[in-house]
Amino acid sequence: MTRILLTGNAAAAWGARLAAVDYVPAFPITPQTEIIETLAEWIDGGVMDSRLVTLESEHSMLTAAGAAAVTGVRVFTATSSQGLLYGMEMLYNLAGWRAPLVLVNVSRGLSAPITLEPDHNDVLAARDSGFLQIHCATCQEVLDNVLLAYRLAEDSRVRLPVIVNLDGFYLSFTREPVEIPDPVAVADFLPPFADLGQHFRGGQPSSQAVAVLGGGPYSYFRYQVHLAAEQAAAVYADLGRQFERHFGRLYQAVEAYRCDDAELVLVMIGSFATKAKVAVDRLREAGQKVGLVRPLLLRPFPVAELRRLLGQRKGVAVIDQNLSPGRGGILHAELAEALYGLAKGGPLLASFVGGLGGRDIAEEEFLQIVEVLSQAVQRGSAPPPRLLFTADELQQVRRLQDIAHGSREGDDAS
Amino acid sequence: MSETKQSTQSRLAPGTPLCAGCGGLQAVQQLYRILGERTVVVNAAGCMTLLAIYPFTPFAGSWLYTAMACAPAGAQGVRDALDIQLAKGRISAEEDLSTVVLTGDGAAYGMGLSATSAAIDRGLDFLYLCYDNEGYGNTGHQYSPATPRAAHTATSRVAGFAGTKKDLFAIWAAHRPAYVATAIAAEPQDLARKVKRAAALRGPRLLIVLAPCPTGWGFEPALTVKVGQLAVETGIWPLKEYVDGRIVHNKIPRERQPLADYLRLQGRFAHLFEPQRDERRLAELQQAVDDYWREIAGNTRPSP
Repeated sequence: MTRILLTGNAAAAWGARLAAVDYVPAFPITPQTEIIETLAEWIDGGVMDSRLVTLESEHSMLTAAGAAAVTGVRVFTATSSQGLLYGMEMLYNLAGWRAPLVLVNVSRGLSAPITLEPDHNDVLAARDSGFLQIHCATCQEVLDNVLLAYRLAEDSRVRLPVIVNLDGFYLSFTREPVEIPDPVAVADFLPPFADLGQHFRGGQPSSQAVAVLGGGPYSYFRYQVHLAAEQAAAVYADLGRQFERHFGRLYQAVEAYRCDDAELVLVMIGSFATKAKVAVDRLREAGQKVGLVRPLLLRPFPVAELRRLLGQRKGVAVIDQNLSPGRGGILHAELAEALYGLAKGGPLLASFVGGLGGRDIAEEEFLQIVEVLSQAVQRGSAPPPRLLFTADELQQVRRLQDIAHGSREGDDAS
Repeated sequence: MSETKQSTQSRLAPGTPLCAGCGGLQAVQQLYRILGERTVVVNAAGCMTLLAIYPFTPFAGSWLYTAMACAPAGAQGVRDALDIQLAKGRISAEEDLSTVVLTGDGAAYGMGLSATSAAIDRGLDFLYLCYDNEGYGNTGHQYSPATPRAAHTATSRVAGFAGTKKDLFAIWAAHRPAYVATAIAAEPQDLARKVKRAAALRGPRLLIVLAPCPTGWGFEPALTVKVGQLAVETGIWPLKEYVDGRIVHNKIPRERQPLADYLRLQGRFAHLFEPQRDERRLAELQQAVDDYWREIAGNTRPSP
């Protein structure tokens, strides 16, 4: 095994390479582009026996990806942000086609205003598409979960497309030490693509994605997607154990960090959760019983694990790196629903929104979040949702607004 | 009589839910008799989407519905996946299929134009059949970029369509694909020849078939062939092909019938004749046809 420094994008490309994907429909978009550039170089150089085709949009890219998967080959593709939304119609279609492919999404905030840096509104817009979602926090997780995603997508109990998500910049362009699994071991873990009879072949006519009339058949096929997605929870658990036997790293639907005796728990997804871990360490050093819970799987949503891990805590703070205007943090709402109806009422739940468009969440802010949560627990009532934003940041925006409105420092004196 | 025997494998099964007298279905019938079952028909949203309604299909071969904008991209994925499997020895040559895109004018002239343009850029080996019924037919015939000037549609009910029909043939031909042709089911020999020619070539091959639409155009289903023949005889639907970098007109009407003969049969143009003939607009429409053929004559005959 080799351990080298890789960006998150390169780790994603390594995942596709080790999975021996047959086909890569592509379209460039920041901050994903390095993935397809890396794959293009390997394919052109003969290192990978695969075909890369650049489509003219993400909508077409996803269409070609799904069409190839249901014709009988292993497909990898990648996008970000606007690209994911441009292809949104096809995300729903591909899930309905039961196209077992893997899509890496490199999260980036959505326009407008247009920006390049990450938050999770892009991938959460795909929440109800029928794609399964795995959210990564490190470059190693990205590589490993691309491999896991192929097993999951291609499993006969699941047969659904999977998004593997990583954060733009914080993972996509950040080098971390990554262990590259031995290709022989990967081949043992991930056998060649099996189409399970779903293909187009001369002499075996088949119709795919045909229309239905009436709500009965429509409901049936939609329910099939839902039930398959639900089954994916147990399949991912099983695959995680298999992966550990092969490669020595265990993945579970939810990571619990220093949670054993924790009274207060932070809940986050993605790379910013590693910042939360540092804050948890600091608070532990100060004697506070604080932990972190990080779902890797968002679809299927690991309700049972979350109830088990969070049901007995005094307080839980959800830090959402997304915003549903008029509602607030999306994961907060999802978690509130998941924890509803516990025998003892469950933990006090607090909502924080931060990290939009790549805005940092500083260690002091994590400490303050825990302080707010702790006071709320003592008070016995949930605090109002908070949008993280400092007085300094407001002052900076005011300065930008002054420039935008044409006034300059010293204008008054002139 | 063996020469008249037709394989059921290349005939569309009866009982589709399409409208009586559908000029598009006629063309698909004729196309399928030539291409047969070793095809994947990749469809975009439109009237023909209703051909395959679970669990029925009139096709003996394969079918993939995509979405309105992206049937050529679906064809790309299917073609590439078949090529990959052929190259890696996972399927045999006998298991290969040809890839056929089937869309209406709404997708071909508008929403799917970018996907088609890019498929031609990439040299995709596929055959595209656009059945052009000159409107968004499946939603009740609103005007589309293919609607002819002055036609009443569900969204141009008062004065008729104010725009002009987009020249998709020229747009497609400008990409320099292997083959582009116009055709119509009412001229079956011409259509058959073009489908055979297209089938024998490789690369992007595209056919625009005018599809007289009794429902959207307002004529009796029994008149579909008549309307189609008049489209050719009046010269409003020129039969032509682009191949080897040249545009050839296949059937130049020596004596073109008056355009009014074609328009008068269709309810969508009734306002040009009732309550009285709108001579000004009829002359304007006739002039456009005359101008087209004058230009063709100028291009094909060397000037003295």
